[in-house]
Amino acid sequence: MADGFRIFPLGDSALTVEFGNEISVDLNQRSIALSDHFESHPFPGFIESVPAYASATIFYDVAQVRRGFPESASSFDTVRSLADAALKTIKTTLVAESRVVEIPVHFDSTSAPDLAFVAKQSGLGENKVIELFTGRTYRVFMLGFLPGFTYMAEVDKRIATPRKDAPRASVPNGSVGIAGKQTGIYSLESPGGWQIVGRTDVEVFTPHAKRPTLLQPGDQVRFVPAK
Amino acid sequence: MSLTLLRAGILTTVQDLGRSGWRRCGINPNGPMDPVAARVANLLAGNDENNALLEMHFPAAEIRFDSAVTFAICGGDFSAELDREPVGNWRSFLATKGSTLHFTGKMTGERSYLAVRGGLDIPLWLGSASTNLNARVGGLDGRKLQAGERIGLRNAEAQHSPVRAVSPYLLPHYSRFPTVRIVPGPEYEYLSKSSRKALTSQNFTISPRSNRMGFQLDGEPLSLGEPRELISSAVTFGTIQLLPDGQLIVLMADQQTAGGYPRIAHVISYDLPLVGQLGAGDKVAFHMVEYTDAERLMLHLEEELSLLRVACRFQSR
Repeated sequence: MADGFRIFPLGDSALTVEFGNEISVDLNQRSIALSDHFESHPFPGFIESVPAYASATIFYDVAQVRRGFPESASSFDTVRSLADAALKTIKTTLVAESRVVEIPVHFDSTSAPDLAFVAKQSGLGENKVIELFTGRTYRVFMLGFLPGFTYMAEVDKRIATPRKDAPRASVPNGSVGIAGKQTGIYSLESPGGWQIVGRTDVEVFTPHAKRPTLLQPGDQVRFVPAK
Repeated sequence: MSLTLLRAGILTTVQDLGRSGWRRCGINPNGPMDPVAARVANLLAGNDENNALLEMHFPAAEIRFDSAVTFAICGGDFSAELDREPVGNWRSFLATKGSTLHFTGKMTGERSYLAVRGGLDIPLWLGSASTNLNARVGGLDGRKLQAGERIGLRNAEAQHSPVRAVSPYLLPHYSRFPTVRIVPGPEYEYLSKSSRKALTSQNFTISPRSNRMGFQLDGEPLSLGEPRELISSAVTFGTIQLLPDGQLIVLMADQQTAGGYPRIAHVISYDLPLVGQLGAGDKVAFHMVEYTDAERLMLHLEEELSLLRVACRFQSR
């Protein structure tokens, strides 16, 4: 998986390997594979690694890296060499088979304040929007923005709708939104600009559970109308 | 063994050095806005650097020590008084049982750290006592502290520690208008030529729309050479993003784990305390340095902290 990437420092205590600037399953799998590699093969000074859409970022403790690799010119050089070496050996085909999680969603007008707007924008009826939205499986590309907030894609292009011009001051916990081709679940009540097309009762962020987030990068999600 | 908050202060939270290992779940590290002050305060109090302590803003808390205990205050100088006697920052003191600490006026900085020998007895969430105000978890129920609250101390034997002072190399030069060193961010090259120049040639003002998540800056707007659409990628404490309106935001201790705005620069770790002590209306200027300078300064700081660590261990025996 060595071709087509750039490596740059993210400040002075982290390094990013960027595989591209698009939402693609292939680039995301590479990002997760590299990130997982360092979680399972940590080096002296390694703190954590974080996959995003098409990049993996490795956080490290500069002083500890220098102590572990005293011959290296800088901690960035050290971690870059480790990343280069890892990229030559990791096979993305080893990414574990992802699981499919079903999430029931309410589409009534209180739960889905922007459903009418998305329907109008797309020229389709609300029922058709719901049908298209629930008609496919979405990949969890990454988590971010809020603890447990999932960035998922890709939404059918007929209902892909840009973010709201003015973000809402408060979006309720469990709201399911669309932003362009992306969809996501608000894990907490928060300000937010995504078009809210539904709401789920499933808790995607449970801070005191052993796994505090229901979903992980690489998971598949299927929305189904709640009964 | 406990502390009692007679007054809560405007924004007092429990922090340690933050929560790592959970960014991939979108769970941000939190931790102190001025990490060096927090580390030094703990060392002076005879603690591990990562023990739970209080981060206070002004007006700060009023605190009663329910037992005799060593403490230290570092960071912003809020004119601390122990039973009406002035106590300075950056050294340790012994509080007698029932004595009261209060803060009479803000002299420097915006955030002051109180470490108490043994550390605060706070249940850990995902390995850390730091407060996540947005997720309402961590620290004390994920919220700022309230008047009347009593916080237990860990292993706080009434021990008379010698008064310790700190090497001048560890004393930060806080300012209401610091020049802060930065390194280029991954999207720095996307800035227009004039904006690259404007980044380091103008002064920015910290906007009132600032909090522990980030400081918004007011200044002459910057722009990209051409419009770019970016997908979300990692950000960190000190990342400077360019917002759609041309203004900048410096991400602080409660930063999100990922963002989609251009990351034009990062504040170097060594200078984060200077930024972490700013408040609305303060000004800042940026000076671009090489990555190697950032690393050299950080190693120098770690060296000084390790000397202090050794000295404090030696004296606390």
